Amino acid sequence: MIELDVLAGGDGATAAVDGPRRTTSMRSRRVPLTEPAEQFRLLAEVPVGSGPSGTGEFMRDVHASGWSDLRPDKLEIFQINLGKLCNMTCMHCHVDSGPDRTEEVMDRATVDACLRALEASGAHTVDLTGGAPELNPNFEYLVDACVSMGKQVLDRCNLTILTVPRFAHLPEFFAERGVEVVCSLPHYRKLGTDAQRGEGTYAKSLKALRALNDAGYGAGDPKRQLTLVTNPVGAFLAGSQSSLELEWKAALAQNHDVYFDRLLALNNMPMSRYLEWLEQRGSTEAYLNRLVSAFNPATISGLMCRNTLSVDWRGFLYDCDFNQQLDMVLSDDRGEPRHVSSFSLDAWRNHDIMTNRHCYGCTAGAGSGCGGAIT
Amino acid sequence: MTMSYYKDDQLPRFGEISEGSPKLGEAFFSYYGKVFEDGALSAREKSLIALAVAHAVQCPYCIDAYTSDSLEKGADLEQMTEAVHVAVAIRGGASLVHGMQMLDQTRRMTM
Repeated sequence: MIELDVLAGGDGATAAVDGPRRTTSMRSRRVPLTEPAEQFRLLAEVPVGSGPSGTGEFMRDVHASGWSDLRPDKLEIFQINLGKLCNMTCMHCHVDSGPDRTEEVMDRATVDACLRALEASGAHTVDLTGGAPELNPNFEYLVDACVSMGKQVLDRCNLTILTVPRFAHLPEFFAERGVEVVCSLPHYRKLGTDAQRGEGTYAKSLKALRALNDAGYGAGDPKRQLTLVTNPVGAFLAGSQSSLELEWKAALAQNHDVYFDRLLALNNMPMSRYLEWLEQRGSTEAYLNRLVSAFNPATISGLMCRNTLSVDWRGFLYDCDFNQQLDMVLSDDRGEPRHVSSFSLDAWRNHDIMTNRHCYGCTAGAGSGCGGAIT
Repeated sequence: MTMSYYKDDQLPRFGEISEGSPKLGEAFFSYYGKVFEDGALSAREKSLIALAVAHAVQCPYCIDAYTSDSLEKGADLEQMTEAVHVAVAIRGGASLVHGMQMLDQTRRMTM
């Protein structure tokens, strides 16, 4: 049976999640690259001769940089991926999100299990991501629960969702609760933004930013932090975060009378839809080598896998959201996947972080992660 | 044997030019690095100037290098194309302004 509001795009998307569409999910196209094993295979066959060890083996480069192992430090950030459902289909999406992914959404019981684990974790910040986390029916319930526990809450927002009428109240909702809004905007101009995220994204993003400004965001108030996230629109590394921030602030203020508090500059990970784009361009080898040759040992101590726990929509645990999308689930002594309902801080502290070649995205140049540049 | 000018593996090996004179090589690269730091002009503005000059001096190595660098510094295609047109305008204008010599001489020689 086909639902009445299914759109003609062929990816099973419904009109209920309106937004710009740059592509369709790999999953809806049933391409082999959807499978993590296929992504690992493509990365593994790239010849690599640079980096500290010259082998292209991530852990050997970590060892060659003076680290005997890669283990967590202090758990600071509890990151919950509320599901893969999104109103957009960006070219570079590492989650392979889209409007067709309606079944992979965290349910209330798992949300409650997350809240219990959050209490035990001691993390000071809850980082909500997706998909578009706001599309999860339990989103506002979860935000309220975290705020009442005294946690700093951070919403990773694609901006365009705030222009959908039934989410238009969210800027005020966030402002009343002191939620930090971390928004994706690859470029402060239209050309690159729409090329990566879909036609019309830029105009909708500006509309959403104005709504956030009107709610008190972007004016330097620590309880109304508006953070923008830029990632390269192509096969190159992120630029200097501090230099870009000055330029972006000036340009958005001058051209659009729009204001924000800080800019994070992230590298693109060679995985999922970004890897598909690299493959189509024949650029996988050049990009991976660009990352490895820019390996920066000074980034290791600040890698996000050392202070972050990542939970997927089913409640399984990972070292980061990238590992989550690559099915690199944490496992216990018996080899069983670890679940948020039996979270143990001690076990987390003493596990070896799982790595593969995509990890070179976080150690390249100034370093990269959900918190922006590392060094 | 295949020979060609402008081999693309030469750009990443540019540092080898110090072989014949390490002292001058080091002085050049140190100076070069300082030129492109953030200063009164931002690193991005300097990169766009370099991109325009690369077209004016028609250096394929520099065009490659400063296309990548401009992108990494946050410039987009429209900004980079405008920079190239600045080089085009100055090169074209430089030819055309020499036409004043032609014009003046023609005026002297004709009725």
